[in-house]
Amino acid sequence: MANVHAIAEAAEHVNNVHWLWGKITWDAHTFPFLYDPIIAVTFAGVIVATLALLGALTYFRLWGYLWTEWFTSIDHKKIGIMYMVLAVIMMVRGFADALLMRVHQALASAGLFELLPAYHYDQVFTVHGVIMIFFVAMPFVTGFMNYVMPLQIGARDVAFPFLNNFSFWLTVSGAVLIMISLFVGEFAATGWLAYPPLSGLEFSPGVGVDYYLWSLNIAGIGTTLSGINLVVTIVKMRAPGMTWMKMPVFVWTTLCTNVLIVATFPVLAATLALLTADRYLGTHFFTNDMGGSAMMYVNLIWIWGHPEVYILTLPVFGIFSEIVPTFCKKRLFGYTSMVYATCVIMILSYIVWLHHFFTMGAGADVNSFFGITTMIISIPTGAKLFNWLFTMYKGRISYELPMMWTVAFMLTFTIGGMTGVLLAVPPADYVLHNSLFLIAHFHNVIIGGVVFGIFAGINYWWPKAFGFKLDPFWGKVSFWNWVLGFWFAFMPLYILGLMGVTRRISAFEDTFYAVYFFVALLGALMVGAGLLAFIVQILVSILKREELKCGDDPWGGRTLEWATTSPPPYYNFAFSPRVYALDAFHHMKEHGATRPTSGFVPIHMPHYTGSGIIISGLLTAMGFGLIFHIWWLAGITFLASVVWGIAHTFNYNRDYYVPADEVRAIETAGNPAAAGAE
Amino acid sequence: MSAHDHSDHGSYRSYIIGFLLSVVLTVVPFWIVMADVDVSLGVALAVIFGLGAIQVLVHVYYFLHVTVQAEDGWQFMSLLFTAILLIIIMSGSIWVMLHLHENMMPAHDQIERVRDVK
Repeated sequence: MANVHAIAEAAEHVNNVHWLWGKITWDAHTFPFLYDPIIAVTFAGVIVATLALLGALTYFRLWGYLWTEWFTSIDHKKIGIMYMVLAVIMMVRGFADALLMRVHQALASAGLFELLPAYHYDQVFTVHGVIMIFFVAMPFVTGFMNYVMPLQIGARDVAFPFLNNFSFWLTVSGAVLIMISLFVGEFAATGWLAYPPLSGLEFSPGVGVDYYLWSLNIAGIGTTLSGINLVVTIVKMRAPGMTWMKMPVFVWTTLCTNVLIVATFPVLAATLALLTADRYLGTHFFTNDMGGSAMMYVNLIWIWGHPEVYILTLPVFGIFSEIVPTFCKKRLFGYTSMVYATCVIMILSYIVWLHHFFTMGAGADVNSFFGITTMIISIPTGAKLFNWLFTMYKGRISYELPMMWTVAFMLTFTIGGMTGVLLAVPPADYVLHNSLFLIAHFHNVIIGGVVFGIFAGINYWWPKAFGFKLDPFWGKVSFWNWVLGFWFAFMPLYILGLMGVTRRISAFEDTFYAVYFFVALLGALMVGAGLLAFIVQILVSILKREELKCGDDPWGGRTLEWATTSPPPYYNFAFSPRVYALDAFHHMKEHGATRPTSGFVPIHMPHYTGSGIIISGLLTAMGFGLIFHIWWLAGITFLASVVWGIAHTFNYNRDYYVPADEVRAIETAGNPAAAGAE
Repeated sequence: MSAHDHSDHGSYRSYIIGFLLSVVLTVVPFWIVMADVDVSLGVALAVIFGLGAIQVLVHVYYFLHVTVQAEDGWQFMSLLFTAILLIIIMSGSIWVMLHLHENMMPAHDQIERVRDVK
């Protein structure tokens, strides 16, 4: 009952909207660090670190450099790297939340004490899920697609370079709003998909769900625009000779992923818009009264949600498909079946969404239809695994870091896939739904699939982006900690789930489960060590960059991105490469083709622009205004963003030609490899 | 008509045809409802939704200039893909929600029975 009172009190409290401050009150309601020591310590730490960072940037006079070379850049390579930086930063935040949960559950299940109040714990698991999916996994895969795909198709940039920069900053905008929610107001305490009626006004009167809605509304626009951009790039800008069946598999998976993004993110946007209308305009789409149906929200959000799973995994399947042939020194087994498997997964991913809510009450024929489609989708995925295995068969495998991650992925992901098929059986799902078994399953496929793929890709393409390899020692430390840590962290959750422990639990009556939770905590600490080792790996590699320097083609690559220098010049290719075969660069090397050293022509390039970051900054302020019902702020910033957007269209000075002399200077003097030395 | 992208931007004639078709397709459903035309509800709904669907096609063809050949078939293909997705999403949702309605809404006698238990 106390809870109901608290909600009623909170509702009364937040209904006072000041004309200037909106819902902000100058007390602990808006500034939780005033009463919660955990948030206070975090806040102090963040403030000190931020001031140190800003001070350092000012001291070393880096602001101008960052602004002119990075923030306003519309070079797909720099935007790709910025996506990765965003993802790493947010991964540290998301992992901190995960560690909090593991510590809390371990201590609480042993009957020691409860680290977090229940309401705070609910926010932590919500924000963990939202950050890890939208602001870690998505930026990582978008970063890879941005950086690698245009190089692989021999293009100079994406189809709409400014839009690319704008998409990136919209994603940052969503991330910034979520970070603000840690210290100003609260975050949703609803679970990462914010099911109504819990996420409706009646049961979540605070600003938490509004933070959730506006950060995803804004970031979602960015993702959709980036999806359109990359689809058009692949359709329209492939190098001459690169027909569909000569595209690298990573380009295929990028294409299918972005088709999925374009087709499903509008569904997410519409669903969240309806929930937003429920909360702001008094509509009743998902309420319990006035004819609303909360079940419709669950149905709609999973129509986006299931394809989203494949939006994350398809690109990493592409990454593995590039790594396996390179490190086995032979061409990919079953290229055609790989392409078809990707397309089949793309289509099938639209007709499995109900398996996320078998228990909601649909009848046997609905449940069996979606159960069977779910089992069918494991067939093309299995075909992919066999293709990688057959590529390895009789290959000369070199176990460098990318290949190590790939093998770890194949072992781990297979287990996750099998528990997924288990969950696809509706009667079994009735036992396992919402249990820790489910949590273990999707972490098994997302960490074992997506995260391992991301690390494989970072180790593989880092030399491409920076011209030196990543330090293998710290890479191996990171690898073993991540892989073993994953197994320690999630195998106990499978067992706990089978014993009936549900997800999102913060208080325990029975100390019987404690030992499993402590093993899981040990695993989480190992994963933490792995994450730390990854950051150390990057720092050490940067310090030892002269020692780790490698040529343009350190791995014996097969696809076009290795045909240019490492790092590539800003225009990627002085001449559009001509493609005659699959694995175009391998074909070039076989035929002794070298980079041309004469006959350079001017290159048409776009100018950098600050419009993307400025409009996104205005929209961030608009989001904040809407969250706290500060209508004047929301109105002014929205109008300003529209005006700036229109003004941007009148900028006719948006492109220039790189003179042929400059191209010649870069292509010949800058690197000796241009003379043809491989 | 521009040469570089092979897309047809329509002529005066095609816009007028499109406009007239749209008017007819809009007026007929209104007439069915406003004039209380003597047909069964099922027929009326079928006619209204059918004309609505044709209206969509008219707009796509005459105003958006999507044809099978435009832009090497890319426009048509993406339109087809969109249509398939819409069919999956809408028919799927209707199927699922009907099931939930059937199974999860308590019938009158169920409510009475629960009341008697007390």
